[in-house]
Order: sequence, then structure tokens, then C-alpha cells
Amino acid sequence: MFMKRLLANDRGGRILLSALLLISVAVVASNRLLPEASWLHVPTYTVTLLGKYLCYALLAVSVDLAWGYLGILSLGHGAFFALGGYAMGMYLMRQIGDRGVYGNSELPDFMVFLNWQELPWFWHGFDQFWFAALMVLLVPGVLAFAFGWLAFRSRVTGVYLSIITQALTYALMLAFFRNEMGFGGNNGLTDFKDMLGFSLQADSTRIGLFIASAVALAAGYLLCRSVTNSRLGRVSVAIRDSEDRVRFIGYRVEKIKLAVFTLSAVLAGLAGALYVPQVGIINPNEFAPLNSIEAVVWVAIGGRGTLFGAVVGALLVNYGKSYFTAAMPEAWLFALGAIFVLATLFLPRGIAGLFSRRQAGDESGSSALSPPPAPSSDGDPQGAKHRSSPDSVTDSPANTATAPMSPLAQEARS
Amino acid sequence: MNAQGYAPSWLNRDEVFEFLKPAASTRLDLRHNCILYIEDLNVSFDGFKAISNLNLYIEPGELRCIIGPNGAGKTTMMDIITGKTRPDSGKAFFGQRIDLLKMNEAQIAEAGIGRKFQKPTVFEELSVFENLELAMAGDKAVWSTYRARLSGEQMDRIDETLALIGLENDRWLRAGILSHGQKQWLEIGMLLMQNPKLLLVDEPVAGMTHQEMDRTGELLTSLAGERSVVVVEHDMDFVRSIARTVTVLHQGSVLAEGSMDQVQSDPRVIEVYLGE
Amino acid sequence: MASPHAHYRTNPGCRLPTGLAKAVQALVLLALVLLNANLARAAGGDFEAGLALLSEKSFDKKALAIEHLAESGHDQALTLLQTMSAGDLYYRKSDKRIVIRQDADKGYAITDVVTGQALGTVDRRDIKKVSINNQLRAQLTQAIAELQLGAGDPDIRKTALEAMLSELDTDSLPLLEKRRGIEQDAEVSAVLDVAIAVAQLESGERTDRLQALKALDGSLYPPVRNRLVAVLESDPDAGVRKAAAKALATIESRAKLFGNLETLFFGISLGSVLILAAIGLAITFGVMGVINMAHGELIMIGAYTTYVIQLLMPNAIEYSLLVAIPAAFVVSGLVGIAIERGVIRFLYGRPLETLLATFGLSLILQQAVRSIFSPLNRSVETPAWMSGTWEVNAIFSLTLNRLYIIGFCLIVFFLLHLILKRTRLGLEVRAVSQNRQMARAMGVRTQWVDALTFGLGSGIAGVAGVALSQLTNVGPNLGQAYIIDSFMVVVFGGVGNLWGTLVAGLSLGVANKVMEPWAGAVLAKILVLVFIILFIQKRPRGLFPQKGRAAEG
Repeated sequence: MFMKRLLANDRGGRILLSALLLISVAVVASNRLLPEASWLHVPTYTVTLLGKYLCYALLAVSVDLAWGYLGILSLGHGAFFALGGYAMGMYLMRQIGDRGVYGNSELPDFMVFLNWQELPWFWHGFDQFWFAALMVLLVPGVLAFAFGWLAFRSRVTGVYLSIITQALTYALMLAFFRNEMGFGGNNGLTDFKDMLGFSLQADSTRIGLFIASAVALAAGYLLCRSVTNSRLGRVSVAIRDSEDRVRFIGYRVEKIKLAVFTLSAVLAGLAGALYVPQVGIINPNEFAPLNSIEAVVWVAIGGRGTLFGAVVGALLVNYGKSYFTAAMPEAWLFALGAIFVLATLFLPRGIAGLFSRRQAGDESGSSALSPPPAPSSDGDPQGAKHRSSPDSVTDSPANTATAPMSPLAQEARS
Repeated sequence: MNAQGYAPSWLNRDEVFEFLKPAASTRLDLRHNCILYIEDLNVSFDGFKAISNLNLYIEPGELRCIIGPNGAGKTTMMDIITGKTRPDSGKAFFGQRIDLLKMNEAQIAEAGIGRKFQKPTVFEELSVFENLELAMAGDKAVWSTYRARLSGEQMDRIDETLALIGLENDRWLRAGILSHGQKQWLEIGMLLMQNPKLLLVDEPVAGMTHQEMDRTGELLTSLAGERSVVVVEHDMDFVRSIARTVTVLHQGSVLAEGSMDQVQSDPRVIEVYLGE
Repeated sequence: MASPHAHYRTNPGCRLPTGLAKAVQALVLLALVLLNANLARAAGGDFEAGLALLSEKSFDKKALAIEHLAESGHDQALTLLQTMSAGDLYYRKSDKRIVIRQDADKGYAITDVVTGQALGTVDRRDIKKVSINNQLRAQLTQAIAELQLGAGDPDIRKTALEAMLSELDTDSLPLLEKRRGIEQDAEVSAVLDVAIAVAQLESGERTDRLQALKALDGSLYPPVRNRLVAVLESDPDAGVRKAAAKALATIESRAKLFGNLETLFFGISLGSVLILAAIGLAITFGVMGVINMAHGELIMIGAYTTYVIQLLMPNAIEYSLLVAIPAAFVVSGLVGIAIERGVIRFLYGRPLETLLATFGLSLILQQAVRSIFSPLNRSVETPAWMSGTWEVNAIFSLTLNRLYIIGFCLIVFFLLHLILKRTRLGLEVRAVSQNRQMARAMGVRTQWVDALTFGLGSGIAGVAGVALSQLTNVGPNLGQAYIIDSFMVVVFGGVGNLWGTLVAGLSLGVANKVMEPWAGAVLAKILVLVFIILFIQKRPRGLFPQKGRAAEG
């Protein structure tokens, strides 16, 4: 019921979630049921790779929530992703127990190696899964909250904000490279053994993590959708396009930005936490500014301001990356760079933009001049129906002009 | 911040801590028949005095037109009243109790001052309907905004406003594709949805046809009475058609005040403005 | 030309195939001809005798050998004695030839100590160390000191004296005073005075010691400080101890002053690097409002241009930098103009898109450099006139390359300032940045101005690359290391304000270096970043914001 309402006006989302469900079931079934010799068999390696992509997709959704809807181009979402990853990594590290190289049941290997005598205070509690899970959400959330509280209150916006988010992730990267920080320095956290008692090497655990990633992506998508579909989402878009105006009609812009930005960071942290057990390592390179910008490019390719576009972009670009780095490692950075340039020049609304323009042409049912839906007696929520989606504004002479265009393209026009 | 003295305020014996002071009343107090009270206002940008010793008093229900040549400080004055710019010194009160200089834009809007900008700014990516929906008075906290659903009553209010601004047939259009005049109307509509006690309207008829101008004039005059309306406008015909009291600003302070005829016959005004 | 060392020519230990042996012989001959030119001055007699005595077991005979060697006046005598003092001298058992050894696959590779001739590989048991005892060591030190003080080059004399300071006692006084009498060089004389005073600290006479302390007041040589501490702790006379304490206090305060000056110098040096890296950005970002994430790569291109120029003119490294500066300006400037014409001009008014597109360009440029030049770092040579140090005193010296870069940074800054304030181009640039439509209406070719402005900013990035090539290795990641810092400097200083960039760069550089001693380099950097992040929250428009209506938009 809830989902139905959320997806009522979101064809991309409906397709996406159905596809996600179908593919997940198919992949799991093929991996578990088909013999390895069968050409339809999906090896566990591929399942894990797909799981990794799904984590990236969740990160892309969170970036899109902040950038596409709220207008905050965060070049530091990789930091939230990595912090979630580190929180999970710390739990996995503690699960190793005395099976490490040094056999110390209390201290992780790198601490023994660095002659640490006891566990630093911030490592306590991470032997409990519930605590680690809480931290996965809390640490990125609190950082985003503190950062946003300072930044939004003093109205740092636009590229300034982008640059200081980049400085933030850069500072964190430098900090995590230091051995003294107590997060394994250069090497990060690795050599994980098991999670909740299941061996991370086991096929069944890997399948489980894949399913968890798919569920997290779907849940994250729906959560973001519920925000963007609410009045809060419309206020966000309004803030993106004209922040001052929103203030003058009485909204506390800072608070709204803070809430949505924090939510977005928490989702990024969740993505990082699911990513780490699947790749088996977390190190300070995850904080590298390039990673954050790459995530932004997934969204730009997929189409900012459309949540399903972000998912599509993340999957496509990462598939391309896997393909290129295997086939022509030299060419990957050329390709990535070219994607940046071409996408911004020729595809301002991304793949979703192409898709929705065609859709707008196809479905010419409702007219812009049609009478507004009367408020229903049972107080049925109107907001969802009233969203001005491309399919509700067609059939007028100004058809092509009505197709929503990039707000930035309009800025350039005015 | 601390214009009165060099010592921090907490050193003064008769000062109490900020948090001990009673919260400013948000109820509008109109006892002295004055809704907007501006006294000795000064603001300068890099040595340029945009506003100097400005005094202005607006009565409840009044329709006041403010004219003045470019750079007279009209927009800066509006910026100060709505919290966008902080003055160097002076006072600005809304009613008797509400100190505008201590509030931010959102608080001022909530207290009951609405503003229409010189350049029409509507939310172009949202539909006309949604623009009005967002502007509607009500609880604007984060959580209630997330949970907000339109009631039938609220729908009716939006419909009424749509009819008033003549956009009932365009309610699902994206605001970005409206004509310039329609955007002006939409912005006025948004102002009305806020249900303010004081409307600040910056150049409402720029880019409008004569017909539209007349309708805007009618609308603004009909609004005055219930609410106070302050109109900044360059179009003299329009001002003459609606004005009861006119204030002339020049170099950041009031040059003359009175009826249109009085103002027009004032030699100082003729010299700086009308005579040219 | 009869050589006294003719017997070196036939070496019985050398067994080689005849062809090769002939070639080796020819080479050895050649070496000897060159060597003989040196040895022509050798006084003879004593040196040979000394050399022969070195392989004796008796320490007395070795002492005699040292005397012979020291007085021979032979060019190699000093090196030989120093090698001996370090305990690195050996002799071959078979022919008592004095050699030095190096580890080889099996046993040792040995070399004749006088001729430098390689004598092949020998077993560990074939050679024996020329052993020394404490008495000999003292004699060696003395002999070496005398030899060095007599050296022709004043720099050698000075260095030797400075090295001696910690070992001097009253025994050295006669030698030092004799030298002081004939010393011509002012700098060496000054060090000699210090040395004599240090030697006198050991004197039995109270007045001598007090006088010495007076002379040493404020002297910055580290050994002097140690000697004074020793005096303070152990001198029997209270007055002397008090004088020592006073002298020490002066030394400490002066040392502290110079320590602070040094930190300041490093800070300013780092600051000027930051300014150089950021000032191009101050133009493209500050004046034009274009976020160019490929700015770092333009710096990198400048550095690689320097590298290529040096490859092209290997025989004129001294002048290569002078060629590289305009070359880097042109190359980076052209790349910049290409970027502006090819990409950025389609994105004006869309800053976030510009940011992404230029970031993509930065990836492409990096990878291109990796493909062309290899991913490894390249080292760019420093011309002789830029290397070395300017020694202000014993504990405070400034490296020349950093001094040059500070000066260079200031020149670039003021030139740029001049261009923006005094030239037609500068006027047009400022006009376009303030009101594009108006400028166009006045007949300014805005597109042309955009391209030129961007080219100017990029060219300066290239010039910064030339400077950076003198400080760090040149590699594909060079630019990445500076891009975030550059943005921080521009944003901290206030966008659109060149003076802000100057002040911000210098203060960030100094802050970094002041914090480094107690926080470590990485932590200092993190702290500076955090500080800027917090600062921007407090003053979103930087140190020197543009005020007024224009800035509101």
C-alpha cells in the first residue's frame, strides 16, 4: 500500500525495483540451483561483484538525494561511505579474535605490530554487531550533521560548499593514513574472517550479502522516494532552485538542508558498510577525493534529480570500469575523463533525461488544461498525485518546452 | 552588532544573559496604530551610504507607495525589513514588540511579513499549484513538512488564490514556462498564501500589459485594509492610480511624504526626480 | 717524464687474457699520465717511506709513518690519513701494498689507495687492516688538522676548523695561534678566534678562561654550546661558572631567534609555493568564476615542460630554467586556452558542471602524461647557481633554491598585478568579470577576453610548475597534490582578490610550518584544512571579501 502510493507516479522506480527483484532472484537461483558447468550458472565471484555494484548504486542514490534534489554537490560523500565501511571493518576486525597472525584475542594484528598495549577507547563495543551497526549509521550521520550545521548556518553554498566537502574528505584521508589514528594506517583493515558467525569465504554468506545489498538498495530507494515525493521533497527542489525565496516564505532552509543531507550521509554509510565485507578490505584510499567525484559522475550520467537514474548510472559506469580495467587498463582514466566531459556537455539530464523525454512524447493522455483532481472525501493524500511529472504536462503546443529541463541550463539562459 | 558601546554587553550591570530574557512575543501588537516602525536606519557598503538616517512608519491597513530614483535605497530597505541585510545602526520593529533586526528571514516571514522580489522568483521546476502549496501558511518544520498532506480546506484556499491570480487553468503548468506577467501574478499569489500582515511588493507591474496593470492595481488596493501593503514602483501612472500616501526616497533617506499631488509639487522632489 | 711510481705499471696480481690485458694496460697508462701531472709536485722520499712503514706491526713505526706522510706535502696524504683514522686502511699481505676494500661476491674487491687502481678481488685472509691505537688516533687527528689548516682553499680551512671545535684543548693553541698570525681570509679568522677561545677554556688561568668566555658570548657553533655546558657543570671557579651561564643564555636566546627565523623562512617558502600554485587559480576562479579542477594538471604540464627542455638542451642546464619559464607559460597557456575554447565556454554560468567537466579533463591529462612519459617520477636537474645554501651563521642557513622561489613568486605576483591593473587586457578582464553584457555593449570582445584570461591563469600555473620542478619530483600526480591546497588558499584569501591570495598563501604556509614541530607534517596539514573549513563557515567570503551589491549575487 505504502509502496504503491510511493511508486504511483514513478515509472522508472517501478521498473527499477521489479528488475532488481527479478535479477536478484534469478542470480541467486542460478548460483544455488544450476550446476557449475551450465552456461547459465552465475559464479559466486560475479554475485559478489554485483553486490558491490549495488552498494555503489545505493551511494549514488544518496548523492542524488543531496545533489539532484537539494542542490548540494557533495564532493565528500566518499567520506561517509568510507566511515560506514570503517565502522563495519572494525566489527569484522574484532571478529577475527585470536585467529590473527599474532594470535592476540584482544588487539587486532596491526596494533600488536605497532606495539599498542591496549585497545583504544573508540574500538570498544565494536565486538558487538548491534553496536557496529549503530555506528555505521551514526558516525557518518553525526559528521554530516556537524559539518552541515556549520556550513548551512553560515550559508556556504554552491562551489564553495563543494570545495570544502572535498577538503573534508581529503583531511580525513590524510588522517586515516596516520598509524597513530588507530585504524590500521596505510593498510587499513583487512583479513576479515567472519560476520555474525558466518565465514566470509563461504558462498552462502556471499549470497546473503548480495541479497542484503539488494534489500538495502530497495529500502534506500523507497526511503528517498518517500522524501522526494513529500512536500519536503518539493521544498528541497525549491531550495535547490532559489534558496533565498524559500527563506522568505518562512521555511528554515538550514534545518531542511541539514535533515536531508544527514539522511543522505547515513545512506552512504550504510552502502559502505555493506561494501566492506564483500570486498574484504577498507583502507584510507576510500577517502580519496576521486572516489567521491566518481560517485557524482554516476549520478550525472544516470540523470540527476531522478533516483532511478542514479542507480542506472552507477551500474553502467561501474560495469564499464570493470570491463575497461580488465581489457585496457590504460584507457580507463581516458574513458572516465571523457565521460565527465561528454556527460556535462551533451547529456545534462543524463540517461534518465533521454528516457523521460521519450516517455513524455509517448503518453499524451492527460492535458495541461485538464481540471484539477478534486480533493477526495477520505482525505486521500494529494501530494503524490499532484507531482508535476513529465507525463502530466503534455499535449500543449509548448510540448517540447514543458519537458523539464536542467535547472542549471535555465540559469545559463536567464 | 554591538553598536552602543565597546564593552561586551554582558559587562553591563543592567544587562542579563540573552537566554534569561523573555522570548520576544510573536503576537503582533498594533496598539500605537503602527505596523512597521523604522527609525534612524543606516547601512553602508564599502563606504557608500545606501541608507542614511531613514525613518518610516506604516499604519495597519495602509497602502503606501515608495518611489525614488535608482540607488535611492528602496530595495536595500526591503532587504533590511526582511532580514536579508543587517543595518549598521538603527531600529526596525514590526508592531510594537517584534524586533526585526534580531530575526532571520524565515522568522520574519513567519511573523507575518511577505515579500515579492523585483525580479519575479518562483520555483520554476515546480508547478503553479505546488508553488502555492509551499507558500501556504502553516507549520513549516522539517518533520511536519515531510508528513504534510493537503486537507480539503487547504485545497479550497489554493483554488481561491488560483482564481484570484487568474491561473486556475494553468495550475499544473511548470512555473518556469509562465510568461513574465504570469510569474508576477504567481508570486503575488504566493504572498497571499502566506497570509501576511504586511506585504512588501517590489515593482509589481514591471513587464505587464496595461490590462494586467489595472488588475494588479485593483488587487493591491483590495488587499489594503485587511493588510498593510508597501509598494515600490517606478511606473508613475501606476503609482498615481493606486496611491494614497507616497514616500519619496533619495540617497537613502526620506525626501518627502504625502499624497501624490503634494509630493509632485514639492520642489525638492521635482529637482531630484520628477523634474528631470 | 720519469715517474717515481713506475713500478705500479706492471702488476703481478693481475691475470687477464692478453687482449684485454693490453686494453687495461693502456687505460692504466692513461690514468697514470693524468695522475703524474698531479704527482709532479710531490716532494717524494718521505711519502714513499711513510707508505712503506704503514704495514709494519709496531705502533712506533706507524707513528713515524704518520709523521712522514704528514710532512710529505703529497696531495694524497690528507685522504690517506683520514682513511687511516677512520680505520678503513688495509694492506695486501703479498706485497704490502696499501689498499682500501669493498665487499664483493667472494671476499673483497681492493683498490690501491694512492693510484685508485683496481687490484681485483682477494680473499678475506689476503689483506690485513692497518690497525691503530688511541695514541696514534690522537696523532692522526693532530696531523689531519694541521694539514687541513694549511689547505689552499679557505672553505676547507673553515670546515676543518668547525669540525675541530669539539676536540680542541690547550695543546692545539700553538698551532691555532700560528695559523691566526698568517690567516688572510676574514671568515676563517673569525672561526679561528672562536677556536682559540674554545681551546683556552681548558686553560689553568682563571683570567684566560674568563676572557675566552667573553669571546664566546653568543657564539652559535653547536660544539661551543656543549663546551660551555661542560664549563658550567665542572669549572671550579664560581665567577667562571657565572660567566659561562651568561654566555650560554645569550647563545640560547640567539639560537631560539634563529630557530624561529628558520621556521619563518620555511613557512614563507612553503607559502610562496602555495601562492604560485594558487595565483593562476585566483584569476580563473576569482576573476572569471570558473572552477578549473584541471589547474593542478596545468602546473604539472609546466613541470614536464621544464623536464623536456632539459632533455633538449643537456649541455646548457644552467640556462634551461630561463628557457623553461616562458616555454611553460606558453605550453600551459595554450592547453588552458584549448580547455576554455573546447569545454568551459559551453558551461559558463553552470559552475558545478564546469567543476565536473574540468575534473574529467584533469584525469585525461594525467593519464596522457602517464602514457607519454611513464608513470614514474622524473627528476629535473637544478642548475648550479640555484643549488647550495647561503650560510648566515653556524646554525642558520637558507637554501638558495627556496630563496629564488620566494623571489620568483613575488615577481610573478607583482607582474600579474601590474597586468590586471595597468594594461588594456587587465581593464577588459575586470570589465568582463563585473558585467559581461555591459562590456560587450562597450565593444569588448568578451569571448576573446575569456580565452585570454583563462590562458593567462593557465600560463601562470605552468610557470608555477617550473618552480615546483626545483623542489619536488616531477610526476603525473604532481598537480593533484596541489589542487586542494590551491583552492583553499584562494577561498581563504577571498575570491577575486589577488592580495588576499598573497596574504592567505603566506599565512597558511607559515601556519603549517609553525605547527609542524609539535604536530608532525601530516597532522599540521590536517589542522590547517580543518581550520580553513571552520573559517569558511565563519566568513564564507574569505579574508578579504568583496562587499556591496555586486557581491550579493
